[in-house]
Amino acid sequence: MADFRLSDIDQQILDKVVEVGNSTVQHTRYYEDHEHETPPARLDGEIGFEAVFPLFGQRKPDDTPLMTFMMAVSIARGSTSGVVRGLGLGMPNGRAGGLGNAALQSAGTPEQKAKWGNLFLAMSITEPGVGSDTKAIQSTARLDGDEWVINGDKIFVTDGVKCDGAIVWATIDKSAGRAGIKSFLVLKDAPGFHLVRQEKKLGIRASDTAAYAFVDCRVPRDALLGGDETVPKDGGSAGYKGVMKTFNMTRPAVASGGVSKALGAFNFARDALAAEGVEVDWSKSFNQRSAVEQKLIEMEADTEAAALTVLHAAWLSDVKQPNNLESSICKAKGGEVCRTIPQAAMDLLGGMSVSHDHLVEKYLRDGRISDIYEGTGQIQRLIIAREILGYSSEELT
Amino acid sequence: MITFALDEEQTMIRDSLQAFAAEVLAPGARAIDEAGETPADIIRQGWDFGLIAASIPEAYGGGGGERSCITNAVALEALGGGCASQAVAIMAPGQFVGALIDFGTEEQKAEHLPRFAGADPVAAAVAIQESQFGFAAEAQRTTATRKGNGWVLDGEKRLIPLGDRADTFLVLAREDSGAVQAFIVPRDTAGLTVAAEAGTQGLKPVPKAKITLSSVELPGSARLGGDAGIDAQRLVNQARIGAAAVAVGLCRQATDFAIPYAKERVAFGEPIGKKQSIAFMLADMHIECETMRWMVWKAASLLEHNDPGAAKATVLAQDYVRRKAVKVADDALQIFGGHGFIRELPLEMWLRNARTLTVLDGPVSV
Repeated sequence: MADFRLSDIDQQILDKVVEVGNSTVQHTRYYEDHEHETPPARLDGEIGFEAVFPLFGQRKPDDTPLMTFMMAVSIARGSTSGVVRGLGLGMPNGRAGGLGNAALQSAGTPEQKAKWGNLFLAMSITEPGVGSDTKAIQSTARLDGDEWVINGDKIFVTDGVKCDGAIVWATIDKSAGRAGIKSFLVLKDAPGFHLVRQEKKLGIRASDTAAYAFVDCRVPRDALLGGDETVPKDGGSAGYKGVMKTFNMTRPAVASGGVSKALGAFNFARDALAAEGVEVDWSKSFNQRSAVEQKLIEMEADTEAAALTVLHAAWLSDVKQPNNLESSICKAKGGEVCRTIPQAAMDLLGGMSVSHDHLVEKYLRDGRISDIYEGTGQIQRLIIAREILGYSSEELT
Repeated sequence: MITFALDEEQTMIRDSLQAFAAEVLAPGARAIDEAGETPADIIRQGWDFGLIAASIPEAYGGGGGERSCITNAVALEALGGGCASQAVAIMAPGQFVGALIDFGTEEQKAEHLPRFAGADPVAAAVAIQESQFGFAAEAQRTTATRKGNGWVLDGEKRLIPLGDRADTFLVLAREDSGAVQAFIVPRDTAGLTVAAEAGTQGLKPVPKAKITLSSVELPGSARLGGDAGIDAQRLVNQARIGAAAVAVGLCRQATDFAIPYAKERVAFGEPIGKKQSIAFMLADMHIECETMRWMVWKAASLLEHNDPGAAKATVLAQDYVRRKAVKVADDALQIFGGHGFIRELPLEMWLRNARTLTVLDGPVSV
């Protein structure tokens, strides 16, 4: 029967995750100011994430299902205020945890998975002139003997500096639209591959973001992900759909990141105001509250609501039910609260909330990306609207 | 553990009530709203599902099933998806019964529960609301004063669901200590007068009454829970989440009604559903229907287990549904434009009902 209570061990794990996440807080500001410096493997005072692992062994089969619980872990982890190591996406600092690895696992051939599965792979789709409308990408790949020759510019490559290589989208037949788009695995030592720059960003500075240029970049013929070199005439493409399926798997994780920043900002505001003597009285009717109390309640309700949509999308995958629509729902909600809640937290706290003495402003900067990457809130609403109205992507644009 | 699963029985209840709501409640909703009265036959059909009797212990003639706030939330959403007013008229006695099961002494249960386990509908009512603007359930003006071993109640209670026919009222009142407690007041008690209400914006077909209590003298045994009394906040929170559950059903109904219209209605050469301004409204309505449900379920679940986090979860869910349900009903009306304003279609009724459900404490409980 529907239940929302955590077992003792699950609560212990979440508490430990928060403790681990907060253990590096004295270093956080430094890495904000030195955004392209990678923190050492162990900082002073740091409790490593491995401190959490033994607790996982104590979970029982009737505890919260694993995917659902990992989203709760991700939300707890992202809400903390210590140094962030990489983007995470719910996974603890795994070397093979790049977005490209998810694509390889869902669309690669067994040979490709065996060959590249241990590499750290980024995902390289976005171009200077092409974002959400991925079927319009301009980068090209043409077969020359036993090699593909790739040309084009790519931007916003998450982990693009520290990765070993990237899954790169390029078209092998521009006239075919999305059917001509294929994914290629490009290692950084490929001739003609250029790492152009590392971006400077509003937030998520511990996650590097790269721009690439491909100038007659040559990769072997078997670098085409999935191995299908044909261009279907009906407009569909197994490779394209494969990567879109990847998004269904990663959206709840990305949404959890947005929720986590909302939660972090809310927690900060709640605790800071409590120290000033302002606390919510849960026994009062809604028309008896001060404006600040009401705002705190709205913030917590919105954050909680978004968190529940993330847990629900993950739970559906735990019980092997389709969750395409629910993945978009949670991504839309996660994207919403990552913006509104940190903004509201700063409203409530007033002028000192902008100071680098405090980390509340960081939640706004770190959270903001969650409504952009992996599909903006507008794209999620487009997907949801198509689904509930029964429209195709051509009918509702 | 966190799970969104319903068990087999809950799924069956949801499915059968959804069918009843679609086939019986929804088709009659407009006419019933205009008449301002729920037909006795509807109340009987609802009663025949046995929802209220199911959770009464076998010792008192009931089904002996689990007293489950989640099951009630599922049932209320399903019925609310056909017609919020009829859902409330059908389920209002459950508010009284649930309070007796949760808080009553053995004597109180033995006296009152058996008659709700029978084949014929019985009406009883919980009286929470009072006349004053800015009403807050925790700050009752109705008073309960000790007199010997008994109590004297004074005050006025308003908008009591099924108040016109209830044989018994459960009256919330403030004791000298300031604590809010509940008192079982039979309809024929001296000093109690029942009067009709002038009418309400929403939930019009739900029979309502106001009662005036003038030095109503009650025995000591009239206090719900006896010497221990009750957790009045828990009782009121069950009512708040009950209303919210009905509102979620209403929002689902309004969203599902607006979707086909957006595909049919053509403006500027194409269905308005193909325009992002409308499509995104519908997407948001769908998102909020889902999200509200999880908020209601979480609060209902914690209330069911009497979890320490229940009071907070109730505030969060009530706040969320209060903001979103009115917005969804209002947006549904907007999609229909002027047609939404005309009483032929249900849009304006849903807006009135959504606003009413989210400002009252009750009138049904999980």
